[in-house]
Amino acid sequence: MNLLVIFIGAALINNFVLQQFLGICPFVGVSKKVDSSFSMGMATTFVMVIAAMVTWLIYNLILVPFDLQILQYVAFILVIASLVQFVEMFIKKVSKPLYDALGIFLPLITTNCAILGLALTAVLKEYNFMETLIYGVGAGIGFTLALVIMAGIREELELVDVPKSFQGAAITMIIAGSLALAFMGFAGII
Amino acid sequence: MKEKTAIQELIKGIWDENPVLVQLLGLCPTLAVTSSAENGLAMGLAATFVLLCSSFLVSMFRKMIPGQVRIAAYIVIIATFVTIADRFLAAFVPDISKSLGPFIPLIIVNCMILGRQEAFASKNGIGRSLLDAMGMGLGFTITLLVLSSIREILGSGTLFGMRVMWESFAEWGVMTQAPGAFITLGCLIAGANWINARRKA
Repeated sequence: MNLLVIFIGAALINNFVLQQFLGICPFVGVSKKVDSSFSMGMATTFVMVIAAMVTWLIYNLILVPFDLQILQYVAFILVIASLVQFVEMFIKKVSKPLYDALGIFLPLITTNCAILGLALTAVLKEYNFMETLIYGVGAGIGFTLALVIMAGIREELELVDVPKSFQGAAITMIIAGSLALAFMGFAGII
Repeated sequence: MKEKTAIQELIKGIWDENPVLVQLLGLCPTLAVTSSAENGLAMGLAATFVLLCSSFLVSMFRKMIPGQVRIAAYIVIIATFVTIADRFLAAFVPDISKSLGPFIPLIIVNCMILGRQEAFASKNGIGRSLLDAMGMGLGFTITLLVLSSIREILGSGTLFGMRVMWESFAEWGVMTQAPGAFITLGCLIAGANWINARRKA
């Protein structure tokens, strides 16, 4: 039950993009087409789950026993950067079609603050291993959801007569605001 | 492209190449911490500090860092200074440090800072890189300050914790929450576009 609460909380109520403002850069940058934003979401979810597990292990098995929490940020970002590289090589070897589908999105994930944000929040909330895992899956699905909804709206937006100053990023922000309003409605679920 | 003078290098970040409004970099902290002017200012200054120090180091070592590992090297440099800034805030202004929460460590992956290292500090001398970092940091801080002031005034009727709106003013609670952040930033970007279009005409 507790795991379900964590999952729904991460995916909907505290949606990473729309309520916690994590991963805004890919949200603005890659949300132009539904299928590419879906690939981006899946790639991010994948890295998120692995990163959540690995950083949990590093934090609790290496940093805490040796009293090195001050190195937390440096250690986490190094782990995430090398993890992304590793995942990229692994996917390329194992599944070429998947690699082609993800394309340039994989390396970009290193600088997606949703990944580091997830690792840091999981430490802050003192989740155990299983909870961290579920939290990662929920956050990834929430990220994908927000990205795909946004892409769907933006595809329609090309047919609309937007005032000149509002074209591009400005209207995207306003739409994200409306989506965030809608997501606030989930707050009462649990 | 002709060489910019020192002063142009400094002021380009404030308007022409404003990191938030024009380049759309570093949006995550921009949106997340600007619910009050105090937080916005603290975030802006912390990011400026990190940007200045990392630009200094990166431009100093730019000829020694091999191309293949440069991104990793930049990130480690940035992460080190972020740790310093984080400890400093926690020691001297614990309240602000608490309300900024995970967004101080997230300066590490702020694309504005990494972007300046890759696009500028790695190609230019120390003096120029420092000027560039200073300008970008100022532009970032000013934008954050404007955004957070608007949100604090409309959302809580205060500015830096002091009451500025009249007594019966009904606060727009939504401004301090997520939707307010997105919508205010959208309007600011549109405003910047509008002014730039008028200036060119």
